[in-house]
Amino acid sequence: MLRGLAPDILPLALLLFGVLIPCGGAHAQTKNTCLDCHSQLDPPLLVSAADYTDSIHAQKGLTCVSCHGGDPSSDDPTRAMSKAAGFRGEPERNLIPEFCSKCHSDAAYMRGFDPSLRTDQYSQYQSSVHGKLHAKGDAKTAVCIDCHGVHDIQPPNDQRSRVHPLNVAQTCSHCHANAEYMKSYGIATNQFAEYSASVHHDALAVRGDLSAPTCSTCHGSHGAAPPGVDSVARVCSTCHVFQAQLFDSGPHKDVFGAMGLPACVTCHSNHRVVHPTDALIGTAKGSICLNCHMAGDAGYVAAAAMHDDLVKLDSATARSDDILDRAERSGMEVAEAKLAEAEARDDLTKARVEIHSVEPATVDSDINAGLKVAASTYQAGQNALAELRYRRKGLLVSVVFIVFVLIGLFFTIRNLESKDSR
Amino acid sequence: MSTLDRTFDWLDEHFRYSEILALLRKKTVPVHRFSYFYFLGGMTLFLFGIQVFTGILLLLYYRPTPNDAFESVQYIMTQVRFGWLIRSIHSWSANLMILTAFAHMFSVFFLRSYRKPRELTWLSGIALLAIVLGFGFSGYLLPWNTLSFFATKVGTDIPGQIPGIGNWVMTFLRGGEDVTAATLTRFFGFHVALLPGLATLFVGLHLLLVQRFGMSVPPSVEAEWSAKPAAQREVPFFPNFLLRELMAWYIVLAVLGALAAFLPWELGVKADPFASAPAGIRPEWYFMFMFQTLKLLPAKIGPISGELVGVIGFGLAGLVWMLLPFFDRESRGRTTRWITGAGVFVLAYIIALTAYGYLAK
Repeated sequence: MLRGLAPDILPLALLLFGVLIPCGGAHAQTKNTCLDCHSQLDPPLLVSAADYTDSIHAQKGLTCVSCHGGDPSSDDPTRAMSKAAGFRGEPERNLIPEFCSKCHSDAAYMRGFDPSLRTDQYSQYQSSVHGKLHAKGDAKTAVCIDCHGVHDIQPPNDQRSRVHPLNVAQTCSHCHANAEYMKSYGIATNQFAEYSASVHHDALAVRGDLSAPTCSTCHGSHGAAPPGVDSVARVCSTCHVFQAQLFDSGPHKDVFGAMGLPACVTCHSNHRVVHPTDALIGTAKGSICLNCHMAGDAGYVAAAAMHDDLVKLDSATARSDDILDRAERSGMEVAEAKLAEAEARDDLTKARVEIHSVEPATVDSDINAGLKVAASTYQAGQNALAELRYRRKGLLVSVVFIVFVLIGLFFTIRNLESKDSR
Repeated sequence: MSTLDRTFDWLDEHFRYSEILALLRKKTVPVHRFSYFYFLGGMTLFLFGIQVFTGILLLLYYRPTPNDAFESVQYIMTQVRFGWLIRSIHSWSANLMILTAFAHMFSVFFLRSYRKPRELTWLSGIALLAIVLGFGFSGYLLPWNTLSFFATKVGTDIPGQIPGIGNWVMTFLRGGEDVTAATLTRFFGFHVALLPGLATLFVGLHLLLVQRFGMSVPPSVEAEWSAKPAAQREVPFFPNFLLRELMAWYIVLAVLGALAAFLPWELGVKADPFASAPAGIRPEWYFMFMFQTLKLLPAKIGPISGELVGVIGFGLAGLVWMLLPFFDRESRGRTTRWITGAGVFVLAYIIALTAYGYLAK
């Protein structure tokens, strides 16, 4: 009888088989019982499915198994998290750097995901203050997950990442601004507050300039350590190249070195680098030169001369800007003078850089060039306003003439029509 | 006989101008409470004359290439003696000319001067308005500044919506896919050769038709005059009316001078074709009502794009407006009231949408 049924069942069986095979395959690939449970559990066992699937690891095709082992296809928790299935569980905190480095230090493996990704993070970490403390068994010091997160790790160029330039300072401040947490290390905890008031923070967070420095720019990221007295200038000079060159060529370098003063930081502070103004140099109250120099010494005289130079050019450009703006608002075409005016401001910027040489003669050449330009642009503004007055006078004359013609025409028409009516 | 008289005699012998003068003396202009509207056409013609004169002077220095256009206008405004005055008057006069042309058209419309047999005068006037708008659109790009560059981009995009020929029209206007050097040279060509030629032709035709049929008297005045023939008044065209027109021209000249001296026409910033369009790109005020309408239309009206509906709507409205004289017949009082109502609606629509365009953020 069964044999008799075979011709009828066979096509049906083949059809079912054909449908079920691909379904079964797809199911096996997408099934992740880890998330099925852990997305429902309470912290600390909770793993948000949304956070994880959005993370860089998930996007690159890694799954829970890649880090934790186990069998995500099994619905039985005992089987899924069994040693037999290779389950490793949560890595212990003191083993995390080594754990992450298994992949992140393997250049051949990482090349498969992103050939330009660095693989020296672990060796850099070992050289950092964090890494050294970690090696000594300090459980409080930062490990990978403290800065990068755990299941929701994003690449650093993603704004959601804790290590995106806009978020780095906040991330570091979690520990470094926590006085209680940092007590045992005996270091200050005001760095974040100081940095938040700095020109660097303003450039990064307010103006959105992602090239502006944050903690890791000066301290390094994986190899984070405070720059020593000797290397401060080198750190700052990675961005402030000309200031560093001029400082090196001037007399301050040797004097600071002999006194054990760090180069840039002595005048500009470290975390709280405020926006420099012309008042910082000179001999008036509030000038930093007065911290070392006294009335009558050569540095005092030079500081006064450079301050006066800067103020002179600054006021000259402001005066030109004012007159050119007035002329422009009145509708005069002063674009060329305004373009030239930009040159005077460039000279002022150059002079403000050159004060790092602390040589008034060097500063003078740019100041004089700028003053010459500012004088000519001021003259152009005066000419434009004089021209405006001339035009208005011309208009008045022509309107008077037109009014006379109109009166003449009016009487001509009246005469003509009174004659006609007569 | 004085030398002057002999010169006039010689001229008359060789030119026969006394015949023209006699004709002009014979020609009269009706005088009534709406007579002031007769000056609008003459004022538009005067402003056109100023445009030709200042335009020719600007041509001495202007260079129509993207590299030179802006700089040459800047040179005219800063280095050329009285260049600022000529350029500013050219820009202001262009705007005043469009304003007086619109005012002239609406006065003709509401006084119903387009009635038989003046339909062709109306049609030639509509053609002149289109030419004047063409002058405005093409001239706007010539200084090659940011505003004019992007406004031209938007402006030439709109005809691109016309079904079938849209893309061809847009490519023809731009001289390619985008607003480039090719657009500037062809807009310059339209502005200084094609449009002036057409304008001369149509101004000639328009004036000839005005001379042929004389000034129209509004129907209400006509009715009063036929009831009371003694009330009918008129003045000779030459010199009475012409002297009055001259007064109007002098007033326009004083206004132009004041505008040029107190509100010099700005040059703006040189166009950068690679920059993104700045916020608040607007066309010139006379295109504002159309631009604002297109902005207000939804993206889709049924299966068709909103912009296309707008373009077709304006096309049809323009066509109906142009053909209105043929619908207006003395005998049909209801039609006349309907046409006046449509005129009031059109004027109110243009004013309201223009104001909305400037006030809306």
